[in-house]
Amino acid sequence: MHLLVNGTAHDVRATTLSQALEALGYRQAIVATALNGSFVPADRRHATVLADGDALEILAPMQGG
Amino acid sequence: MRLYGIELASRLLLGSARYPSPAMLADAVRASGTGVVTVSLRRESGGQRSGQGFWSLIRDLGVRVLPNTAGCHSVKEAVTTARMARDIFQTPWIKLEVIGDADTLQPDVFGLVEAATQLCADGFEVFPYTTEDLVVADRLLQAGCRVLMPWGAPIGSGRGLNNTFGLRTLRAHYPEVPLIIDAGIGRPSHAVDAMELGFDGVLLNTAVALAGDPVAMAAAFARAIEAGRAGFEAGPMAPRDFAEPSTPIVGKAWLA
Repeated sequence: MHLLVNGTAHDVRATTLSQALEALGYRQAIVATALNGSFVPADRRHATVLADGDALEILAPMQGG
Repeated sequence: MRLYGIELASRLLLGSARYPSPAMLADAVRASGTGVVTVSLRRESGGQRSGQGFWSLIRDLGVRVLPNTAGCHSVKEAVTTARMARDIFQTPWIKLEVIGDADTLQPDVFGLVEAATQLCADGFEVFPYTTEDLVVADRLLQAGCRVLMPWGAPIGSGRGLNNTFGLRTLRAHYPEVPLIIDAGIGRPSHAVDAMELGFDGVLLNTAVALAGDPVAMAAAFARAIEAGRAGFEAGPMAPRDFAEPSTPIVGKAWLA
């Protein structure tokens, strides 16, 4: 599955968003996700099926003013 | 100060960006006495996982977090970012920024009202980064905002209060709404100005983070905000155009 993850192309073996996060090494990480520009809550990642070419945003807590 | 039903001992809200080191950030937060620290969301880069370490540091400080939508230029971006922030930080609080101008980082007040309307309807407790415009303030309150955060000057400029008249008018117009000066504060004296105008609090970041000694500056701001508030509550005298002797004239000896 070809995904654009945070703007970078990745080949990921995953069917769902939660599987993709695990494959990308985010299983334990505190992150928020958006798929093709739409927010996906943490409790809906397992039911969110990915398609080839999807754009995935993975955001984490960061410094801010 | 009471914001969305939460009583806060300090009237200072502090940003977490641009400090020389994470340890300096933690020390500055402690020195400031603040109970609220602003945070943001950004792409988690590669294998570095810097966001996880940052979040651990903030949690250890025991402060409430105020996530922001910094850098968002559209309603959709800001609303989506707010929802992602709530998912991570588990708070209904959101510092709503919808930027309209790249040079001044002036808020797009039309987009701000639209985004605030959507977020308030969705259960968020919105802290809108706005201007001193009275009509925009009214629209934000109608949208459901119960705190307003007008700018003092452009973000990061350190210029203090650019429009004292407008800010004073806003304060007079909404005596019961918590008003926080957000952005543009550069020195403790600017914070005193804001507090003496009767504003409920001050949100700042760069003035502390880029100070020669951020920890000492955080402490200085804490004192300035307390002093400014105490001065406001004590009722400052009205200014005059001409001198008026403070020492009584009556009883002065004739020595000419």
